[in-house]
Amino acid sequence: MSQTLEQSATPIPEKRELTTLPRFSDRVFRGVVTTGGLSSLVILGLILGFLLYNGYSTLRQQGMHFLTGSNWQAVISDSGAFDVKNSHFGLAAMLIGTMIVALIAIAVGVPISVGAATYLTFYAPNAIKKIMVSAIDLMAAFPSVLFGLWGFFVLQPSGEYWAKLIHKYLGFIPFFQLPAPYVTRSPFIAGLVLAIMIIPIVTSVSREIFSQTPLDRIQAAYALGATRFAMLRAVAFPYARSGIVGGVMLGLGRAMGETVAVYTVLNIVYQVNWQILFSAGGNVASMILLKFGEASPNEVKALMAAGLVLFILTLIVNSIANLIVTRTGKSGR
Amino acid sequence: MELTAQAGSLSAITSAREVKEPGNRALGVGLEARGVHAWFGDKHVLSGVSLDFWPGTVTALIGPSGCGKSTFIRTLNRMHEFIPGAAMAGDVLLNGEDIYAPGVDVTKIRLKVGMVFQKPNPFPSMTIAENVLAGLKLAQLKSENKDDLLEECLERAGLWSEVKDRLNTHGGALSGGQQQRLCIARSLAVRPQVLLMDEPCSALDPGSTLRIEETISHLTSSVTIIIVTHNMQQAARVSDYTAFFLSDGGPGQMIEVGSTNEIFSRPKDKRTENYVTGRFG
Repeated sequence: MSQTLEQSATPIPEKRELTTLPRFSDRVFRGVVTTGGLSSLVILGLILGFLLYNGYSTLRQQGMHFLTGSNWQAVISDSGAFDVKNSHFGLAAMLIGTMIVALIAIAVGVPISVGAATYLTFYAPNAIKKIMVSAIDLMAAFPSVLFGLWGFFVLQPSGEYWAKLIHKYLGFIPFFQLPAPYVTRSPFIAGLVLAIMIIPIVTSVSREIFSQTPLDRIQAAYALGATRFAMLRAVAFPYARSGIVGGVMLGLGRAMGETVAVYTVLNIVYQVNWQILFSAGGNVASMILLKFGEASPNEVKALMAAGLVLFILTLIVNSIANLIVTRTGKSGR
Repeated sequence: MELTAQAGSLSAITSAREVKEPGNRALGVGLEARGVHAWFGDKHVLSGVSLDFWPGTVTALIGPSGCGKSTFIRTLNRMHEFIPGAAMAGDVLLNGEDIYAPGVDVTKIRLKVGMVFQKPNPFPSMTIAENVLAGLKLAQLKSENKDDLLEECLERAGLWSEVKDRLNTHGGALSGGQQQRLCIARSLAVRPQVLLMDEPCSALDPGSTLRIEETISHLTSSVTIIIVTHNMQQAARVSDYTAFFLSDGGPGQMIEVGSTNEIFSRPKDKRTENYVTGRFG
């Protein structure tokens, strides 16, 4: 007792700095992995700089019109020079179109993916599981142009049928109205193709997180007389929720940036269209692909600016997603 | 009831314990294992165990690691088959009915034969109250008065006074011992006839262990308890009967069963004597 009294009387010492002398091999390794880690950041920065450098002039000429306007006209004057005054570049229709198509893809693709992941983790016999996992992985490596072609020739005819059905029964909802009876190459069809394209990534992320569900909690649920469905609801879904949201965000990123497949099945129109079943949509990446081949140098700069906006939009969506994950994610863990 | 008489008296080790005569209680017929074998894949881990568990008694299963004790109790509520490749043979009768009979709903068996695990495993996404009542939700049972049930179960698990002011906080903030008692309360809420405890104190400090042992003694008025333990003092303190399991390299077997007093003072088998006296070999 007297000892503790004595100790409390002495002043509290300064905190010591904790150091260690790293070995040479350790420092080399540290250098290698630091380079690897930073290189992705550097590359990202270089792309951003490149887009800014090339797109800046367009952004300055167009101002807010670049985000709010919807007309895209590169005017060449009679002398053959680029006519800055009469050229208009507006991305609104493309940006809104991008979001609409991506959201359709999420709405259709995520339930399928989470269902598939649940089946594969908790229901499927091992043999079926192995086959399905490699099939889904193969799907992820499938070239997107093939999805586009398949979407155009196979999915679109049946998609038309579904679109008409939705219009017939849910047509009172503004999104499902049709100004004219054209339902091919609509945001709806493009969204369906994208939904299929995001299934592999969302499924494998969800499956991964489901398979990490702590065994002792699963057993606790079963030992309390839970059915498998009750166990999933009480244990697996709360545990996996944040991970699944992360997977959905990866899927959303892919859906927003997908170019060729959307280009194949979407009729790009420079006018904001909220009617998803109608044959008119927008998509920034596909528009860039559409215009790039025959664009004049000045229009290419406008396309660069469009790329920059898409880049930033993706960044914003991902940040919001991260925020959602950190806000809601921890409680089930 | 007479059986609560010696509850909580830890100093009274085996000799002071009254041996409960089987069949003198109105808690059903009890649980019977008949020639139970168990396999993991091709590995035969448990051979021909027959044991009766009388209602309202505590039976301790002792024996060195790997002798099949845990596997055996997991066959008693069909948690054994949860492991891929697991198989069993023999019969387990609950109130005279085979729990492995075709057409039996396994979730109903697990409601009647509850389980407390080695590591406390409350559901972290649920509050303390939700954890206790989780079984009702999971098994879709109805309860007239959930508040009463909540208090009763926490009281019986010896946790009520410690958590009654924070029932709506998450269970993860409790100490290990409190979490384990929360798990016991959770098991009690579905009103099991039998409670299986798989080394419930092995991850806990002595103080928490003491509380759980007190809890066990209080529970015997309404539940039949089967407890696996490596702690022989614990077996001596809490149990009425003790079964000794051993594996000689092959599948685990039950060597001897008897009243705890007998097993610890005058075991019939030399191997049991060696084990309980610490001269194992």
